Amino acid sequence: MHDTRYEAPRSIEEAVIMLSSGSVDDVRVLAGGTDLLVQMTSGGRSPSLIINLKHIPELTRIRFDDSGALYLGAAANAFTIGQNERIRQQFPGLHEAVGLIGSDQIQGRASVGGNLCNASPAADTIPSLLTSKAVCHIAGPGGATRTLPVSEFILGPGRNALQAGELLVELELPAPAAHSADAYQRLIPRSEMDIAVVGVSVRVTVDNTGTCTDASVALGAVAPTPILVPEAAAALVGTRLEPADLERAAAAASAACRPLDDKRGTAEYRRRVAGVLTKRVAAEAAERARGR
Amino acid sequence: MTQPRSFRYVGTRPIRQDGAEKVTGRANFGADLSFPGMLWGRVLRSPHAHAKVVSIDTSAASEIPGVKAIVTSADLPEQRPGGDPTDMYDLTRNILAREKVLYEGHPIAAVAATSREIADRAVAAIQVEYELLEPVLDLDRAIAPDAPILHAELRCAGSDPKPEGPTNVASRILIERGDVERAFADADVVIEREFTTPTVHQGYIEPFACVARTTEDGQSTLWCCTQGPFTVRSLCAALLRIETSKIKVIPSEIGGGFGGKTTVYQEPLALLLSRKSGRAVKMVMTRQEVFRATGPASASRIRVKLGAKRDGTLTAAEASLAYEAGAFKGSPVVAGAMAMFAMYDLPSVRIEGFDVVTNKPKVNAYRAPGAPMATFASESVVDELAASLEMDPIEFRLKNAVRQGSVAVYGPKLKAVGLVECLEALRDSEHYRTPLSENQGRGIACGFWFNGNMQSSAQIHVNEDGTATVVSGCPDIGGSRASLALMAAEELGIPVEQIRPIVADTETIGYNDGTGGSRVTYATGTAVIEAARDIVLQLRQRAAAFWDTQLENVGYEDGKAIPLGDAAENQQPLPLSTLARRAARMGGPIVGRSTWTARGNGPSFAAHLVDVEVDPETGRVEVLRYTAAQDAGKAIHPSYVEGQYQGGAVQGIGWALNEAYFYDAEGHLQNASFLDYRMPVASDLPMIDTIVVEVPNPNHPYGVRGVGETSIVPPLAAVANAVQAATGIRFVDLPMSPPAVLAAIDRTRG
Ligand SMILES: Cc1cc2nc3c(=O)[nH]c(=O)nc-3n(C[C@H](O)[C@H](O)[C@H](O)COP(=O)(O)OP(=O)(O)OC[C@H]3O[C@@H](n4cnc5c(N)ncnc54)[C@H](O)[C@@H]3O)c2cc1C
Repeated sequence: MHDTRYEAPRSIEEAVIMLSSGSVDDVRVLAGGTDLLVQMTSGGRSPSLIINLKHIPELTRIRFDDSGALYLGAAANAFTIGQNERIRQQFPGLHEAVGLIGSDQIQGRASVGGNLCNASPAADTIPSLLTSKAVCHIAGPGGATRTLPVSEFILGPGRNALQAGELLVELELPAPAAHSADAYQRLIPRSEMDIAVVGVSVRVTVDNTGTCTDASVALGAVAPTPILVPEAAAALVGTRLEPADLERAAAAASAACRPLDDKRGTAEYRRRVAGVLTKRVAAEAAERARGR
Repeated sequence: MTQPRSFRYVGTRPIRQDGAEKVTGRANFGADLSFPGMLWGRVLRSPHAHAKVVSIDTSAASEIPGVKAIVTSADLPEQRPGGDPTDMYDLTRNILAREKVLYEGHPIAAVAATSREIADRAVAAIQVEYELLEPVLDLDRAIAPDAPILHAELRCAGSDPKPEGPTNVASRILIERGDVERAFADADVVIEREFTTPTVHQGYIEPFACVARTTEDGQSTLWCCTQGPFTVRSLCAALLRIETSKIKVIPSEIGGGFGGKTTVYQEPLALLLSRKSGRAVKMVMTRQEVFRATGPASASRIRVKLGAKRDGTLTAAEASLAYEAGAFKGSPVVAGAMAMFAMYDLPSVRIEGFDVVTNKPKVNAYRAPGAPMATFASESVVDELAASLEMDPIEFRLKNAVRQGSVAVYGPKLKAVGLVECLEALRDSEHYRTPLSENQGRGIACGFWFNGNMQSSAQIHVNEDGTATVVSGCPDIGGSRASLALMAAEELGIPVEQIRPIVADTETIGYNDGTGGSRVTYATGTAVIEAARDIVLQLRQRAAAFWDTQLENVGYEDGKAIPLGDAAENQQPLPLSTLARRAARMGGPIVGRSTWTARGNGPSFAAHLVDVEVDPETGRVEVLRYTAAQDAGKAIHPSYVEGQYQGGAVQGIGWALNEAYFYDAEGHLQNASFLDYRMPVASDLPMIDTIVVEVPNPNHPYGVRGVGETSIVPPLAAVANAVQAATGIRFVDLPMSPPAVLAAIDRTRG
């Protein structure tokens, strides 16, 4: 018979030792468990050891350094993040994305680290992490640490770059430039408790004439992983973010999609809506950036 | 019957007797019962939609330590074909596949083991050899001349001339009245359209769950969540060929049914496994199993043709309906055909219906079975007809609405009905006059449901302290206990808080047909009223004996036997509580009883009004405002009447907008979870406003007519009509999901 063991280490070192005791599939860390437990009950995963991260202080900590960079503990729950006023100010798009996960009940548990590690193509926070140039801080066996940009962390649907014994500790989001803001929207047929058919994050920076000096566009659910779309960003940079400019970015976003045809939406539909949302989200981000 | 009358308790909103234990999580649902030493039963299900079962080898599974019993179709006796209303030949094959598996998820064998995990492993160790056959996944394929045949012995009933070969069309029905051809010739406008609707599921929150225990003398007890404990008992007894008295069914609290829990799936397997192992056996379905293998509602294709005169008078209707029954015959196509035009005075109609088998789970009842999809078609065309005549859609419907004396399309001459009142209530509502903005649209549609009768019995026990217990045998799926208690309070004249309504097991109360057909408040409610009147008569008799007077000198009012005539001079009223306390000396325990086969449940009509907004760039439809008006006859507990209106409206909105079974080309269900089977969630919806119309049903002492089902009938068309108003596009295929709506918008933009 198959038994599952449960551990709740108090430090990263302890956790890493436990993690090193078996293969990636056999030993799973548990942040909120809102992906992991669902996968276990539906028969998708049956680890023999589960390691709860919520008792490790670094993993649930949320802090800003002097430069204004955000360090987000990988297991901090969505509700706590949602309550954080400075995150809302500085990363309004990420704040929106976190606020969309599941429902109140799910948010009490779910983490951004879990959302990222689970690596769903439709994960709501990953596009925002991409446009904010987030960096993963990873702890490994023997006190080893390394960093990896989120864009390199995600390898494929359900696959991330962590090796056996490695743990995602926190996410570092560099302080946004002045007059910079992000936004996130997704399309779901329902209003919550649904999985994104398309998700779009846009970050723009404007100068004091209102011209866009920097931009980043990322899409979720339209490819095997969330993707950055430099062509869409390029269509925005140097413009005053007028409707025609947004349309060009929208067209670039649609063109970058490599979507699936499935029960959650046809490929054609996803392509179309990726454009529509890019336009809307860019307009929202632009308005926020101008207001700063 | 005297009406209208004034009520003391009926029409108030007391807290439901089962409320506290439900909100505190203490209520016992199907999966909540366990026994020491109990086994877990699990089911081996077909991974294929259509295949011959060549062989089943359970030997490896039975070797696994902890496995206590395995059953296959060889453990179930063969049944004779035919039989009404349940064809046991089909049912036994649905419980455990015999010659063939007919849908993905079709049970093949069941295992009982000491843990769920061991049972799962044993299930996986059963070897089945299949010979794959092409699956039949939709109506088109099913009726194609070269279609694979599901049942070699199936011949189309009701077809003329008599069919020769096998077919997937199980039956054809025809409803005909008047001279349809001439009536269409008389019409100034004729509109004809074809509609399709997908397979949808009831989506009750509680999966099927049961525990069976059999003692050495062969006596079985079955705890389960069901809408019909007596139905479960009789079906299980017939399937196992044992006497009815050998099985006692104890219904648990039930977490939703909507018609879906009116038959058996794993209950006979749990009984078989407990008989074989001598241990209690518990079986709880997963959500996946619920979606894959319990009765969904039919997918349909419906053609409707309607004609009207320039002044808006409907002249003729023609329709052809094809409903998927799933793996075995028995879709609700007849009910759909009878219900779809029942709202209108139509002299000439011709409706043809086909019951078609496909490689999907056998359909089961779902709230007003058959009517929502047919009414989606008819009420869409009615709307279009009104528009083409430039008539207000409510006025058009009012002009043609059935009233008292109208001869319904399905046959009878109607007594008092409330459709006109529902339409007028909407027409006069603030909602109907509120202006709309760009991309918004307003839709209206009507609906009808027959409402069921069947058998009910009830008992009331007066306790020593003057409180009372109301015992019925119909599981409470919509607040019926609260309503039954109110009716008993009204008759007995004691506060409703002093009445405890319970749902008894199959040995504690006489036979009751199941909870379904919106029948309980009407049929069982009448039995409760009669049982209470039985008690009142006994109390009067006791008072008469005590006062040494004639029965006619004793009245009953406000919970007291009242001296009348001569007796009034020297006697004081005798309260029920006094008579109860003195029962031992005045005739013994006070028990009222009533039993009947109900006859007069009145049809309930509804009209729904909805505003939507369509995002023209994404195709997403948002429901902004909703008002449901429906005739309750008499609302016993208005909160639960309103709850029924709201619940039906919400399920209909889901059917209209996003719910659908997705199959791959091999017939594997792709969205067997609530994540991807998109029922509405609370935040998708505005408040569903309700208008309770009360046109008393002359066949009920208080005027009650059933309310549980009609509310799901109008929303499909109401939403489609609103989307039409917002976009200018007539949607004929459900669901109107964002991709479908956007594609249609694109097509019309060219
Ligand atoms: C009802 C419901 C609704 C949902 N709605 C949404 C939604 O709207 N949007 C959305 O994006 N998702 C949604 N989800 C999915 C899920 O809630 C999110 O992905 C959530 O962010 C996962 O976080 P968690 O902390 O619960 O992860 P867990 O389940 O604890 O972990 C997920 C995976 O990541 C691994 N992992 C977690 N943390 C680490 C770490 N620090 N280092 C290494 N590996 C780690 C785990 O081992 C596991 O494999 C929903 C889930 C449910 C059940």
